[in-house]
Amino acid sequence: MLYSRQNLSSINSSFSIRNKISGLDFPLLISILLLGIISIFAQFSSSGGTFDYYSKSHAIRFGIFFILFLTVAFTQIRFWFSASFLIFLILLGLLIFIKFYGIQSQGSRRWVNLFVINLQPSELMKIAIILFLSNYYHKISESDVNRIKYLLYPVLAIMAPVILVLTQPDLGTAILILLSGVVVTWLAGVRWKIFAYISLAMLVFAPIGISLLKPYQKNRILTFLNPDTDPLGAGYQIIQSKIAIGSGGLFGKGFLNGSQAYLNFLPEKHTDFIFTLYSEEFGFLGSVLMVFLYSLITYRIIKIGNETRSIFGKLYCFGFANAFFIYVAVNMSMVLGLLPIVGAPLPILSYGGSSMLAILFGLGIVMSCNVHKNSAVG
Amino acid sequence: MLSFNSSNIASKTKTIGRRMFLLNSIKAVVLLGIFGRLASLQINEANKYRSLADKNRFRETKFAAPRGIIKDYFGNDIASNTRIYQLHIVPENIPNVDNLLIRLKNLINLSERKINYIQKKIKKQKKWENIIVNDNLTWSEFSRINLFLHELEGATPVVSIARIYKNNASAHAIGYVSEISPKDIRNKKYLKNIGIAGIAIGKTGLESTLDEEMIGSPGFLRYEVNAYGKKIKQVSVDEGSKGKTFRTTLDDKVQVFSSKLLEEVSGAVCVMDIYNGDIIAMVSSPAFNPNSFVHGIKKKEWNNLLNDRDKPMVNKAISGLYPPGSTIKTLTALSALENDVVSSKLYVTCKGYIDLHGERFHCWKKKGHGIVNMRTALKKSCDIYFYEVARRLGIDRLSATAKKFGLGEKVLQNYREEKAGVVPNTKWKIKEIGKNWYIGETLHSGIGQGYFLTTPLQLSLMTAQIANGGFKIQPRILINENEKVSNLQKYLDHKNSTPGNIMSADDQIFNFGLQPLFRNQENINLVKEAMFAATNEVGGTSYRSRHTNKNFMFAGKTGSSQIKRFTAAQREAEVKQENITYLERDHAWFVAFAPVKDPRYAISVLVEHGGSGSRAAAPIAKKIIKKVLERHESRVSYPNREQENI
Repeated sequence: MLYSRQNLSSINSSFSIRNKISGLDFPLLISILLLGIISIFAQFSSSGGTFDYYSKSHAIRFGIFFILFLTVAFTQIRFWFSASFLIFLILLGLLIFIKFYGIQSQGSRRWVNLFVINLQPSELMKIAIILFLSNYYHKISESDVNRIKYLLYPVLAIMAPVILVLTQPDLGTAILILLSGVVVTWLAGVRWKIFAYISLAMLVFAPIGISLLKPYQKNRILTFLNPDTDPLGAGYQIIQSKIAIGSGGLFGKGFLNGSQAYLNFLPEKHTDFIFTLYSEEFGFLGSVLMVFLYSLITYRIIKIGNETRSIFGKLYCFGFANAFFIYVAVNMSMVLGLLPIVGAPLPILSYGGSSMLAILFGLGIVMSCNVHKNSAVG
Repeated sequence: MLSFNSSNIASKTKTIGRRMFLLNSIKAVVLLGIFGRLASLQINEANKYRSLADKNRFRETKFAAPRGIIKDYFGNDIASNTRIYQLHIVPENIPNVDNLLIRLKNLINLSERKINYIQKKIKKQKKWENIIVNDNLTWSEFSRINLFLHELEGATPVVSIARIYKNNASAHAIGYVSEISPKDIRNKKYLKNIGIAGIAIGKTGLESTLDEEMIGSPGFLRYEVNAYGKKIKQVSVDEGSKGKTFRTTLDDKVQVFSSKLLEEVSGAVCVMDIYNGDIIAMVSSPAFNPNSFVHGIKKKEWNNLLNDRDKPMVNKAISGLYPPGSTIKTLTALSALENDVVSSKLYVTCKGYIDLHGERFHCWKKKGHGIVNMRTALKKSCDIYFYEVARRLGIDRLSATAKKFGLGEKVLQNYREEKAGVVPNTKWKIKEIGKNWYIGETLHSGIGQGYFLTTPLQLSLMTAQIANGGFKIQPRILINENEKVSNLQKYLDHKNSTPGNIMSADDQIFNFGLQPLFRNQENINLVKEAMFAATNEVGGTSYRSRHTNKNFMFAGKTGSSQIKRFTAAQREAEVKQENITYLERDHAWFVAFAPVKDPRYAISVLVEHGGSGSRAAAPIAKKIIKKVLERHESRVSYPNREQENI
């Protein structure tokens, strides 16, 4: 049994392109393409029905990153397995680097100038943390999972980027990195109790951590945590977003007819509030279709995870599926007024190169798991 | 290559699978939550949010609908609307504001002050908001602007409409419109939500009382704005509905004619139809130019109006209060006859004065009239005779008759500025002054001096009600097309259709439901006869102003109301009115009805400080009466109930 699998994997390693293509999960691929096309229309509408800088670069980015997605998918899963740690380290290094040399914009230091693009490493960290932890838990035995010695790495690996991102400050991304990491750790079998202990310890040490922050950093985090201190900002955004979505009604106002977005009542319509714009123009039916599309993608990722034989692949797919779902759920809940505004983009639909790169890269690895589902990783 | 055995993998897979199942269940719940929220916002509350979104994006500017027109009896516009030319600028569209203003200064009348005001306004308001540079350009200014429009980027010539008054003759009767004030908004309910900045509203006269109906319902311009309030596009226009048009009983030609006659003096004229109470003319002098108020009156002009000795802003026909003077003698005589206090055959000797109750009362004629009866006394306006009549009659009975004939109360309901005047009696004096009535005051009242205060309109009503045979009429200035024909009008129509068939007074009252103001119509006829004598017989007070043409003959009574009693010295020196200070001269009155046979119109003329009624007022009345009678045929033949909508 074991032997034959090994045999199979050696055959797999010499896949032809044709075989690789047939190994793609087409429902997932088509859903992503569909989402990409919808996102280009949404950005086009967001730009007031013109191909301006935003809508153009969004379309180009989707094209480029979709090719990247296929490239990642066709790359051996074994490669991604062995590169996980390096990828994580590079991104951690970039996060530390931008603490000092990052590009500052709108009061927070999130970007690194890579000459071609300004990259936001925190976005990619959302994927890297999953990659790293899947790799980590792939390697240790189940009996060791709950031992203190083996908990140290994951805790450090999660906390380091979370704290770095939190102090940029970027509460939304920090929370998403934390959630992505915690979910993988939990899936790997870490007991509830341990999460409880760690949370408790964090609460105890939080005041010390906060005291180390500079006053302006504290202020920024406080404003994030309590948007009521800024009623005209966050409060206004939520009200306008609800008005836009609600006024869309059952069938929506029609493409390019979203008055709230078109007349600039809607804030951040290219990025965090792109779903609001879509929902205003396409109504309840369009929104449900969108939710269905995201659910379908999540479902296909989970399905691929189920079919992947390696623990790395499973942990990664499930971890990514959860993270992906969380991004969608947090963003939608946010614009629907169910959660406070924390600044979390909607996968693929939102404008933003780093976010799209991260999502398509992450999806690429999922697809690679499917293409190479029968290969061992290492 | 696998690091662990398969049992380890299987166990790990199991743990992962189990925990993933739990997470998937949570996902399902979250999805349900999002789905539910979407349904709640977009299906349940869609209408609420749709209206909120509309509230966000739509702004409305209201604009005034065309104001209702005021016409005269013949359908001629007295107050109507005209096209006006305005210049608006939108700062956002102007490349260089200073250059534009300099350029405009060369083209139109633009003062430094106005320029400062505009520059301040530009700084204060949003850059896309409209500023009116001039709200009433002349045609030549407007065409110059249009000619150079290509050089005036940001400036827009606009055609709008505004009130225009054809002449000043009806300035008081019609009133004027002017920009709404905060006080107007506070005091007038219908203006509370008008929401049109600077709308012209009626301030006086009919413009004020009919304002609510004439203002119409405002139109509005609905446009879309973005989040910063900038206008994006116009969405809809509602023209509103124009205000109601009113037809008055006034005859514009008579108004203008009377106004011309009064040009040199301060005074008032009222002409009334004695059967239906139609006010044919109501003119006050000096007049003002109502057009000056439409676009905001200049401070200097306003101050001149306010400080004018002759008070041009007061409608003297209804708000000017003057003692009726000898014109009241008609009622004194009538009251005494009606109350059987005296008979018309009472003879009194006039020596020029009479001593009563330790006081000397003078007749206007120093030498006295000799022995006079009632007819002669009225004809010559003998004061001594009416002192005696008043003494016998008493103030309370005189007061009752005066009230019956319409003195002491407002004649019309259409004017806020109308005054009621005073008809004194014993009760009135105790109540208003707190003192008992003196018999001497009765004598003064009997010749229309003392406490008596009347308006020219009241005296024309009094005269009309004597002239029509003593029947009550309800004067009116507005024609209500749906109004029932008055009983008196029916009576008149009957009389005209059956000439020669003279009904007794009782039959008239019974058949037409008339309201008599007399006990015995003979008494009314006697007064009318005496008035005829006063104008048309030698020795009558207004004999010099009579018409010899039978068609225009009228019957009238002069009067002069004292401003200041003559001192004994003045009386001795026979000081003439012309020789005393203007403001101390008597007001001159003349009331009359015409034509003498089958009278149809009553007139009252007041000339402030005119000296004597016969000299100052009667000649004016003479001319107006001729004019009114000349227009009688066209007036009665004008279709009273118009089928077309005006």
